[in-house]
Order: sequence, then structure tokens, then C-alpha cells
Amino acid sequence: MLERESALAFWLLVPTLALLTMFIAYPFVRGVWLSLTNSVVGVPGEYIGLKNFVKLWNDSIFRTAALNTFVYTGVTTVFKLALGLWLALLLNRHFRGKAWVRAFILLPFIIPTVLSTLAWKWMFDPTFSVFNWLFWKLSIINARINWLGDPELAMASISAVNIWRGVPFYAISLLAGLQTINQDLHEAAAIDGANRFQRFWYVTWPLLLPVTMVVVLFSVIQTFADFQLVYVLTGGGPANATHLFATYAYQIGIGTGLLSEGAAISLAMFPALILVVIFQLWYIRRVENR
Amino acid sequence: MARFSRRKFLQYSGATGMAGILASHRAPVFAQASTVHWIRWNDFVPASDELLRKSILPEAMKALGIKINFETVNANDLQPRITSAIQSGAGPDIVMLNNNHPQLYAASCADVSDVAEAVAKAQGAYYKLARSNSHDGKKFISVPWSVIGAQIAYRKSWFEEVGFSKFPETWEQYRDAGKKLKAKGRPIGQTLGHTFGDSPTFSYPFLWSYGGREVDEKGKLALDSKATVESVRFMTAFWKDAHDEGGLAWDDSNNNRAFLSGTICATLNGASIYIESLRKADQYKTEKGAQLKSDILHAPLPKGPAGQFAMHTFHSHVIPAYSKNQKAAKQFLTWMHTRENYEKWFVSQKGFATPPTPSWEKHKMWDEDPVMAPYRVAGRLGLTPGHAGPSDRKAAEALTKYIITDMYAKAIQGGTPEAAVKWAAGELKSIYG
Repeated sequence: MLERESALAFWLLVPTLALLTMFIAYPFVRGVWLSLTNSVVGVPGEYIGLKNFVKLWNDSIFRTAALNTFVYTGVTTVFKLALGLWLALLLNRHFRGKAWVRAFILLPFIIPTVLSTLAWKWMFDPTFSVFNWLFWKLSIINARINWLGDPELAMASISAVNIWRGVPFYAISLLAGLQTINQDLHEAAAIDGANRFQRFWYVTWPLLLPVTMVVVLFSVIQTFADFQLVYVLTGGGPANATHLFATYAYQIGIGTGLLSEGAAISLAMFPALILVVIFQLWYIRRVENR
Repeated sequence: MARFSRRKFLQYSGATGMAGILASHRAPVFAQASTVHWIRWNDFVPASDELLRKSILPEAMKALGIKINFETVNANDLQPRITSAIQSGAGPDIVMLNNNHPQLYAASCADVSDVAEAVAKAQGAYYKLARSNSHDGKKFISVPWSVIGAQIAYRKSWFEEVGFSKFPETWEQYRDAGKKLKAKGRPIGQTLGHTFGDSPTFSYPFLWSYGGREVDEKGKLALDSKATVESVRFMTAFWKDAHDEGGLAWDDSNNNRAFLSGTICATLNGASIYIESLRKADQYKTEKGAQLKSDILHAPLPKGPAGQFAMHTFHSHVIPAYSKNQKAAKQFLTWMHTRENYEKWFVSQKGFATPPTPSWEKHKMWDEDPVMAPYRVAGRLGLTPGHAGPSDRKAAEALTKYIITDMYAKAIQGGTPEAAVKWAAGELKSIYG
């Protein structure tokens, strides 16, 4: 049987298929089913159609969480891309201690998120914030800044931490992309009289675009479904002002035990994410086929 | 003699062994010694966890012939742990839960009436709040363990400095004192964040003291009322005038740290601040160099237009229905709740936890320190979430979604009191129907 190429291919694929079924397909299908029932913790529940989604539609916290997720993903992605690209361009130059600097740049990405976020939580602590202490000493402020207790500042704070954690991933990935660009092209452009900006815009950027799109794709998916950072920093507060899809799904599904509603909130991410993925994959293919 | 190779030995022994296990659906006997996995919070009085680990549990294991795995987690992580355990059908055999949270898991918890009733028979009837939180109307779904009395810990000298030789009796007076103290850089510290203890034990009684309530005695929604709006209106101004505004992001430990470091004048809390100041008397000092413990007193929450109320964090233990060790778990809880064994733990708490029956109010421990006296009767005065209705699953859902706390927090962040109450009433409607 193994002599036949198709059969051999099938058997070689079986382990992967089994893993995908167990860890991707089954949880996904189970999640979809849960969202269509009235299941609560310990009680399987019955099929209730789209009632959970109708309930979500009328849920103001869900609407806040949805808006927050889009804003959080959008704002942090722009900053991470801009700062990551800038850092990659700097790291692509030759200077003494380059290897060390590149290793240090990766630190925020390497440290477990929960651990680094706990450190940030202390830095944003309402009473003991080191930022407040510093600004106070420098006479910049005369009252404490309520980093995590004010809705807008709390969103800005969690976004800042996400950017801090995400920039190294962009920087190192884009640096890898930069190093594949042939230097001859830059030299040719320079001989033709292109200045530094023109060389970036007409040579570097078009060649870096496919890598950038892949990096942005991964980053958007990760940021859209972010959980740890917000859970540790604010728990979705104050008064639900910083909930994202994932933290709200967790609060409802795991905290309150309303599994079906929690599953419905999680699934609400799916259409948006699938659209992002389809668009970006289509764009990457178009760029590659040019 | 027939040759019996190592390979054959392994084949035979493996086959017969596995066949036996599969036929009996039981693990081999050496793996069956009753092991009870007990999960509790990280106690705010660490000495009590030490006592359990080093002294009480070894005694229990010796007396009962069982093994006990004791695990402690952050109190806010107890719910995620029991949810995942129930869904997967495996996990701890005894789980400590807060307040009326057992009501959320009633369908998946063993009937523990035999253990709870035996305790009540031996030590007197439970406090009303203990029974309401642990009983589903037909049976006990959890065994009441303790009441963490919530009282305001305050700096005696600072209140005296602004003219309050006695702690304020009404919210108006408390606001007046807080305003004066905040002007001196010593605000009141209070959390209105998503955290299990200090948030609801402050926001619920505050609502009740103005005559507001989630539902009436018949379970009919009653939140959207003039009384509730008035309470929110007062809170909004009270917060701005007298509170440390960072409290919106606090958890249950922030106020402890703030009080002990001398940045707030008062906070609603269990007695953990005072107990910590006793434990490290030379570390925590007042601005004048005196030991901080000598400047701390406790008082109940002030009165509102509709009276004076309290809600205390309540702890009980459930035995999930999936547990294969229910018998051993019940044996252990019964042993642990005998007066002789429970007393050791209770004394180590120094009044932070009050036992669930009134008979313990007579214990001599309460006479040791007059500062702790207000906690002695905490169990008598507390009401349960969902008041004036039952402390049932719906009340537990509203509690775990922090709706009442968020109603106040939303108004403090901006918007009108009416809008905050409307929002909260809408959220409650989706629960109560």
C-alpha cells in the first residue's frame, strides 16, 4: 500500500490531520456549538439558536469591548510598525556592539508576558507609581496621574505596554527582511541620484512589503486576541472600560460560568479576524505575483 | 526447567496487569490511597496558611489516614479554577469559594448537608448570612467556613486632628471628615474595581443604606429608583471630595499597602491591615515615629437615610460532584470543623475571620484586643448579595459581573447618576428577566 504515492502521502499527513482535528477543529466546533446553547458551568444546556448573539448585540459592555479591541489593535499596530521599522533600519547599520544591542532589543519579547506586565502594573500603581514619583520630583505634576483608574488613560497605558512588548517582534522580523535586500540595488539607485528617502521609498519599502504584511498579519491576530496583558493590568476595568473580546469572554465564561455566552463573545472575534486574514493573504499574493 | 526470558516476563506481567486494571476500571491499589486535594485562597493572614501546612494538616492526615494536598491561589482565581475543574470533570476535591459563588455551581456540587448540619448541631445554628450563601433552598451545597468581617480601619489621630474624636456616624459626616483629610493629602482609600472582597462589601451596603436594592422581597427588579439615583449622586461627589481617585483600579490588596504606607486615612477592610501592623510593629510607624498599630481603630460603615448596613466576605467549601474522594473530603471537613481543630485555625486568624455560628462570639480570643472587638459580631449584621431577595444563582451572577460596583464607578467616571442606574438596571434585567 505504501508503494502508492497518494496512499503514502495520506498516511504521512495523518499525524498532522489528527493534531489539527484535536487542537484546532474540535475546540472550534465545540465553541460554535456552545455559543448556540444555554450551557452554564456543569450544565450542558439546550440548543437556543442565535439568542446569545442577540443578547450580545444589546449588551453595552460587549459593544465597549468590541470598540476597544479595534482601537487597541489599530493604534498599537501603527505604532509597532512605525517604531519596529525605525529600529530595524537603525539595527541594519554597522556599529560597534551590534550583536549585543540586537539581543537586548529582544528582551521585552522574550520575558514571559505575565511577568513583565506585573512589573508594568507596579509602575502604573495608583499609589506607588514610579512614573508619578519621577514626574513629581521633576515638578512636572502636582497630583497623581491615575494611570489605570481613568478609562482613557487606562486604555493608553495598556496600549503602551503592548507596543513595548510588540516592537521587538517587528524590529527583528523586518531586520531579517532588510538583510535580504541586495545592496547593489541601493548602489544603483544612489548612482542614479536618488537621495536617502527616495532609496527607502522606491527600493527598500517595495521589497520589504511582503515581509511587512506577514508580520502585520501575525501581529494583528495576536493583538486582536490579546488577553494576558489586559487581564493582569486592569482586569477589564475600571468599570469595564478596558475590556477586550478575550477578557470579556473570560469574565463571562469562566468567571461567571456562563459558558455559552462566553463562547459567543469569543466567536464574535472570528468574522473580523477572518476578513483581516483574507485581505492580507490576498494582498501578499498580489505583491508576490507582480 | 523451561526457559522464561525477561521479554516473556514483561509480556505476561504487562498483559495481565493491564487486563486487570481495564476489567475493574480501577487503578492499581498502590495508587488508590485517598488523597484529598484542598484549594483555598492565599490567606491575608499568612500565619494561618503556615499553621495549616505545618501543624493542622499533618495531624489530620495522621488521624484520618488520608493524604491531603493543600494548595493556595489568589482569591480572584478560585472561580476560574472551579469552572475549569467542573467542565473537565477533574480537579480539587474541596474548593473554597467566596460569598454566594457556590450558588453558581449548585448543579455540580455534592450535597454536604450532613457535614454542615452536624456542625450546626454541635456549635449552634449558623448566622443567617452563612445559611443564605451556602444553602440552595433544599440542601447545603457548601459547608460554611468563616465570615471576614468588613469594618473601616482608620487613623485615630488624623480623624481627631480634623475634629472627629469619634468615627463619623453618617455618610455626610464621613464625607465631611474625608474632605478635610484629603485637603491634607490623606484621602479615604476605597476600591471600586473588579475584585472579590472590598468592592462589593462597600458598594452593596452603601446602596442599601440609601434604600436602594437590586430586587424586592419577591425577586422583582427594584434597582431603578429615586433612592438608588440619590446614592449614586452622593457617591460621585463623595468620591471626588474625599477619596483617593486611584481606587477605581485597586484590588483587595492595594488599600492594605496604601494604609500601611500612610497615604490614606481610612479604608473598608477585613482586619488584615491591623493584624499586619501588629506582626511588624517596628516596621510600620506613624509620621511621628510611634507604632502604627497604636493609631488604628475599626468602625462599621456609616448610616445612610435608610439605615446602617453591612455585607461581609463569606467563605465556604464545596465538594464538586466529580470528586472520587467525596467520602474522604467529607471526613476531613467534619474533622476540621470540630471545635478543637477549628479553634486552632480561628485563633491564628486573630479575629480576621469570624466563625459561621454565633457560639464563637463568646470565645476568649475576642477579649484579648479591644481594637478587634467590632469584628466579634460581624456575622450577625451582614446581609447577602441580592438583598432583599434570596442570595441565589441570579444574585451570584450579578455579584460576579460587578454590576452594582460598576454602577458607581461609571458615574464617577462621568455621565449622570440616572444614566448609570439605567445601565445597571438593564444589566440586572438580563439576569433576572
